[in-house]
Amino acid sequence: MASESLVDSGTRTNRRSRLLRELARDYQLHLIIALPVIWFIIFKYLPMYGAQIAFRDFAAAKGIWGSPWVGLDHFTRFFESYLFWRILGNTFFLSIYTLAATFPIPIVLALSINNANSRTFRKAVQMIIYAPYFISTVVMVGLLIQFLSTSVGVVGPLMLALGMEPVSYMGRPEAFQSIYVWSHVWQFSGFGTIIYLAALAGIDPELHEAAIIDGATKLQRTRFIDIPGIMPTAVILFILTLGQLMNIGFEKVYNMQNDLNLERSEVIQTYVYKIGLTGIPRFSYASAIGLFNSVINFGLIMVGNWIAKRLGGTSLW
Amino acid sequence: MSNLAATGPEGARAAPPARSATPRRRIRGSRPRQPRIRGSRADQLYDVVNVVVLTVIALGVLYPLVYIVSSSFSNPAAVTSGRVWLWPVEPSLIAYERVYNYPTIWRGYANTIFYTVFGTAISVALTLLAAYPVSRRRFRGRNIYMFLFVFTMIFDGGIIPTYLVVRGAGMINTRWAMLIPTAVAAWNVIITRTFFQVNVPDELLEAAQIDGSSDMQFFWHVVLPISGAIVAVNTLFYAVYKWNSFFEAFLYLNNQRLVPLQIVLRNILVVNSMDASLFAISAGSDAAQSQLRELIKFAVIVVASVPVLMLYPFVQKYFVRGVLIGSIKG
Repeated sequence: MASESLVDSGTRTNRRSRLLRELARDYQLHLIIALPVIWFIIFKYLPMYGAQIAFRDFAAAKGIWGSPWVGLDHFTRFFESYLFWRILGNTFFLSIYTLAATFPIPIVLALSINNANSRTFRKAVQMIIYAPYFISTVVMVGLLIQFLSTSVGVVGPLMLALGMEPVSYMGRPEAFQSIYVWSHVWQFSGFGTIIYLAALAGIDPELHEAAIIDGATKLQRTRFIDIPGIMPTAVILFILTLGQLMNIGFEKVYNMQNDLNLERSEVIQTYVYKIGLTGIPRFSYASAIGLFNSVINFGLIMVGNWIAKRLGGTSLW
Repeated sequence: MSNLAATGPEGARAAPPARSATPRRRIRGSRPRQPRIRGSRADQLYDVVNVVVLTVIALGVLYPLVYIVSSSFSNPAAVTSGRVWLWPVEPSLIAYERVYNYPTIWRGYANTIFYTVFGTAISVALTLLAAYPVSRRRFRGRNIYMFLFVFTMIFDGGIIPTYLVVRGAGMINTRWAMLIPTAVAAWNVIITRTFFQVNVPDELLEAAQIDGSSDMQFFWHVVLPISGAIVAVNTLFYAVYKWNSFFEAFLYLNNQRLVPLQIVLRNILVVNSMDASLFAISAGSDAAQSQLRELIKFAVIVVASVPVLMLYPFVQKYFVRGVLIGSIKG
């Protein structure tokens, strides 16, 4: 103990030389990490720096740094746009709907799989429900279009057989959100169970043994052992999901969009793309909208983390 | 656990398989309690319901996949009149013949294979290089580097500024646009770092340092050879991502000769635009042509998804492993 504090006070006086010594000692580690760090700086941090065009009027001839500052003009223009509330509303609604449906389902599924007695059965169920995770977004949307078509697919003919008029659901604005969310559930719930199954496997079996001796049923053990056991995992995942709340998958929404469902399917991400990269590109305006989105995301993850820390002491960092 | 079971009825009951047999004896024991019996019956009921529900869910997940495959092997008219619901009806290979003879798809395939192979190699290499140094406890600067990586998970410059950087780098309409701008995912760096922290013992490093090994030698000759599992995990996650990636191609590539399979698929499945040669039937009616057109979509879905879905059962354990390492907080 005494020698430790001695070393500590010694190094404090030689801070500079110690830093240099450590740099010399670890220079190879800095070299190893250099390439990825350069990549991160160019493709992650340079765009963050470049996001300042949201506060400028970008003109291609003048470049990012030469374009004039315009302050918050682009932001106010977006906030005052007649589309603002609709797009924001669509984004929020779709996000919260997705979260509400896709967050609890993997937990329930995992508890259920974990409670099945037969190992073979558990493995078979897992094998099947993980599979849709590997389908690409484009194929997923193609699958939806085929499935929900009025002529081919299952839904159209089924409605016809039931004596109803087949409806083209992909073209119905009010159906868009549910199609988006429930196909997401179909595709990702299975894969989402992995992490919870791992957490469940990590629960001390003695807890279960003791509970069985005390006469607890499976449901009681699920309620009082399994659910508290996976709570920390669930909280972490919840914060992470919260941070991505407004980051709805551009690919899927964009591919599912058509002129008929646009009033519900236009979200910030797709709007940014359309403003910024189609027609006459308006880089600055689109960047402002994108930045607005990023800032909301950042705020959400911070708030989520703060709440989780307050409530259960679980935190991301 | 095993000697617990040997101690008598108490232990035997703790072992789940013996549960249904033991309660009867238990009643005559010292503590005859009602809840025991009720609990066991409740459990039996629960087990039945649980298995039924899970079976229904698994079949529900499986059904769309079976339906797509069956449709693709059916007669065009049967598909469009809704007669296919589980197995192929009037089996035919016509859709596959057409797809087979459609060069655009195969060019997309070749491009996707190229992007997947080289893109994955680049991504895995960069991820390993990023993760090893930050896994070293005594590496000064690891926290700064780590923050640099993790911060990108919670804040993003946005589509447009990123596009401008990629354009500034001269990558638009080149193959580089598919390989470099999305090469590294911070999440993969984190799980790889966790793996190194857990699997590369300090003693190994100390021993190597005593033998005069430099950090680079140690990384190359010691760390990598014992890290096969994390290389496999990274390879698979990146490969699936690259195989399915659409966004980069959509933003950065206009040249139709360079586009990957997913863009070709989008044109056929979503935009519903395909080359007339794909569905033309000489002397065929318009109706027959549009039926074939629909059928081809099913075949295209199968052709595009089969490689990944076929491979997946064999490599499933690595995906599970990746998620598991990710769940350890480093």
